[in-house]
Amino acid sequence: MAKEQVTITSTVAVATRESLRRRRRFGERFIEGWIFSNGLLAIIVLLGIIFVLLREGIPAFFYTPPWEFFFGTKWYPVSEPPTFGVAPFFISTLWVTLVSTVISVPVGIGCAAYLAEVAPDKVRETVKPVVEILAGFPSVVMGFIGMTLLSPLVQTAFNLNVGLSGLTAGIMLAFMSLPIIVSVSEDALRAVPEEFRQASYALGATRWETIAHVSIPSALSGIAAAVMLGVGRAIGETMTVLMVAGGALAVPYSPTQPMTPMTSAIASGIGNAVRGGLQYQALFAIGLVLFVMTLAVNLIADRVLERQKRKFER
Amino acid sequence: MLRKLNKKWFMIIPAILIATAVLLAGCTAGTDNARPSATSTVPGLTGAIDITGSNTVTPLSTIWAEAFMKANPGVNISVSGPGSGAGIAALINGTTDICQSSRVIKSTEIDQAKAKGVNPYEIKIAGDALAVVVNPSNPVNELTIAQLSAIYTNQITNWKEVGGNDAPIVVLSRDTNSGTHVFFKEHVVQMDGLPTKNTKLEYGNKVLFLPSTEGGVTETARNVNAIFYPGLAYVNPTVKVLAIKKTADSPGVKASVEASLNGTYAVSRPLLFYTNGAPTGIIKAFIDYCLSAEGQKKVTEVGYVPLSK
Repeated sequence: MAKEQVTITSTVAVATRESLRRRRRFGERFIEGWIFSNGLLAIIVLLGIIFVLLREGIPAFFYTPPWEFFFGTKWYPVSEPPTFGVAPFFISTLWVTLVSTVISVPVGIGCAAYLAEVAPDKVRETVKPVVEILAGFPSVVMGFIGMTLLSPLVQTAFNLNVGLSGLTAGIMLAFMSLPIIVSVSEDALRAVPEEFRQASYALGATRWETIAHVSIPSALSGIAAAVMLGVGRAIGETMTVLMVAGGALAVPYSPTQPMTPMTSAIASGIGNAVRGGLQYQALFAIGLVLFVMTLAVNLIADRVLERQKRKFER
Repeated sequence: MLRKLNKKWFMIIPAILIATAVLLAGCTAGTDNARPSATSTVPGLTGAIDITGSNTVTPLSTIWAEAFMKANPGVNISVSGPGSGAGIAALINGTTDICQSSRVIKSTEIDQAKAKGVNPYEIKIAGDALAVVVNPSNPVNELTIAQLSAIYTNQITNWKEVGGNDAPIVVLSRDTNSGTHVFFKEHVVQMDGLPTKNTKLEYGNKVLFLPSTEGGVTETARNVNAIFYPGLAYVNPTVKVLAIKKTADSPGVKASVEASLNGTYAVSRPLLFYTNGAPTGIIKAFIDYCLSAEGQKKVTEVGYVPLSK
């Protein structure tokens, strides 16, 4: 009797478990498929973008040989015949990004170290959300602020003819990439195990020594990711540099000159370009160069990260 | 735990589906309702017109569009001003009904349009004069076309070379999206219509190309060494208008509606609409309104030059 009951309950249990597994399998398979197709979609979209960039951009090199395109310093897309040389845009992008990085990286990491290591909880809990709100400012608002508030300051501070310059744009971009750098590096620093710090203090290290020699090196991969995100934002940002950088076509030999970074060259020309026309192709070719640049930045960052990690494994 | 999760999922998915279905139904119901009511309450013109192109024509088109939509509530007109070149590109690509332009379409653009089966049809809607403006504290009062050309090609780089202070000239221009850019290049930089005409001349590489006319006027009002060329409608008291002399011995004329109408001002130009083929339907009705006496009165209000007669 007792034996029978046991078998009955066990078959019931098996049956419910079976149905549960089947149900779970269906749900799981559905979700798995969903996630898989999403992953696939991202790759398809990426390949599609690369394909379009190549298809629209490569023909530009039939009209302007690559040598003249990359090293040419004259950009007259609406003249007859048009000339396309992108050297000024390329160098402008480098200047603007350099200025932005030089300002935002030390300040950003310093701010993150303060928030993660020094600041009392109350301060961190108020400051971090505020910093993150900064990231949400539309770039056109930042451009407007740069044009009306910052450019007169830069003009008087550096005694320039015009306040609209690569320097002004770089400072604005630094403000825009700061929140990302602060937020991501702060997360990375907070992820460093408390034992590391305790061990460091136990060895008699000061707080500064602990931050500089223990916390920051341990969080370096996260901080590097933060810096890359910041640099990426600076290279790709369009509206702000279009409004603030000045838009001159000369090859800038100093960041205090007005200049046209690649993004604003594309933005200020694409509306005017007829689909499939020479200018349209040239602008796509600039887009292609921009894409290759960001790809290179990411690859280099990957390399650096990998080497850094290996160093710490030892 | 897993069972709970599963149940949650099975509830969330139908919920999302239902929500989307309701939303979609709402949308279609909305459009279904909107159409008949629009036609029933307003006898007459209905439809939408897209106008895009010149930044300069935008204030005028906007005022016309507002007045026309007030008179015909069934019509919806959208106006945007990325630049004449952009407008012509949009016309060629078939993405706009009317292209507003501050320069004449180029022969290469007509070829591109024909290749896409678009037949640009030109309608002159008003005139405009490009004022040359400087900061009010600048002592320079007049310039010749040749001097302007030299300034914009960076051959003259200091104000003292044209009778001003010993200070570098900050040369401001519109970017290549703008019809103003091309018009000023042909008529001032390359000195079209003068014996010194030279179509090889280009803007110098120290010229600042700005994305909007308002931005140029603001910068000129702020920067004591700046020079810029806004359309007449953008001139305000924060900047000083220079008198322009065709040649060194001709009289200096300041940009104004009168000077443009009587032909004494050198840097004036037509403002144009382009449509694909001769306009029909509501587009024709709108353009007829623009060209009517009432429409031309608005031209003067905005600060442009009405068509004579």
